[in-house]
Amino acid sequence: MIELIKQPWPWYVAGPLIGLTVPVLLIAGNKSFGISSSLRHICASCVPANIPFFQYDWRKEAWNLFFVLGIFLGGGMALYLLSAPHSIEVHPALLQELAGYGITGTDHLVPGALISWQSLFTLRGFIVMTGGGFLVGFGARYAGGCTSGHAITGLSNRQLPSLIATIFFMAGGFIMANLILPFILKL
Amino acid sequence: MQEQGQYKIHEAAVTDRDPGTRSLDAICINESRLEHRWYHSLKYLAVGVLFGILMVKAEVVSWFRIQEMFRLQSFHMYGIIGSAVATGMLSVWLIKKFRIKTIYGEPVMLSSKTFNKGQVYGGLIFGLGWAMTGACPGPLFAQIGTGSSVVVVTLLSAVAGTWVYGWLRKKLPH
Repeated sequence: MIELIKQPWPWYVAGPLIGLTVPVLLIAGNKSFGISSSLRHICASCVPANIPFFQYDWRKEAWNLFFVLGIFLGGGMALYLLSAPHSIEVHPALLQELAGYGITGTDHLVPGALISWQSLFTLRGFIVMTGGGFLVGFGARYAGGCTSGHAITGLSNRQLPSLIATIFFMAGGFIMANLILPFILKL
Repeated sequence: MQEQGQYKIHEAAVTDRDPGTRSLDAICINESRLEHRWYHSLKYLAVGVLFGILMVKAEVVSWFRIQEMFRLQSFHMYGIIGSAVATGMLSVWLIKKFRIKTIYGEPVMLSSKTFNKGQVYGGLIFGLGWAMTGACPGPLFAQIGTGSSVVVVTLLSAVAGTWVYGWLRKKLPH
């Protein structure tokens, strides 16, 4: 059993369990599953700067900060306690493409040649981490939610605005991965 | 009402100075009328731990899986999101049909979302960032947990992006 747990979990096991987060949080205390709001609570609690968008009682949303702290801890537990060392199986075409940009090795969840402290001081690493992070935070709040709040919770509740947001999340991803990212990775 | 010592019931007070701010948001309108002591939030920490384990074990937090998804090289992420939505939809339908209550006896409330242009522009911007960092906000926290300490920089950049949105909000088309 423990050997089975230490393997990567297939989508048909992980997907439904991720979906169950929606009813679990609702029944646990009427909480809507959504993660990017935690970033807003961090702004509201640390640098509200008299901006109306950050003037609210973030303490009432503190559950969200506990939740993301849990994700951080769970991530560590999964890797150090529940995983056997293995390389991530990656599609050969992607491996070949990445090798062309000098990105090799799949033994970590993120490629060390791109996402690491050394890489942060290269142009492409700096753009991917700070630029990408900025777009994630700005876009999620502008859209009113991210993959969890819109694509999972919103679609679970059959909300058309969430479907629209999800379609544009995917559109943005396809544009970046296929049309823009190749130029950034060549830098 | 023997639990009354643990929490006090009060009317939901709207403390927002900017009307519409909360309704534009995905979650901030979910106002429970119950106010709990801080340790009640530990159950959300536990759910977060399970969720973090799930995301790492399913490799949802892997930069490579996100790149495969946006190149249509793997079914994995589509399977995850698709089956998660199917399970979520069925759960929400069951909760509504049987009027299931929370563990505190409150009726479960789910808010409707209204359309605004932010879902288009913001969605597109979010997607661009998602394919660069290979992580949406949840996986950022999990990646830091797995020892990629540099992802703290990505997370702080996302906080900065959120802050700049709040700052520019009035000038942006919605």
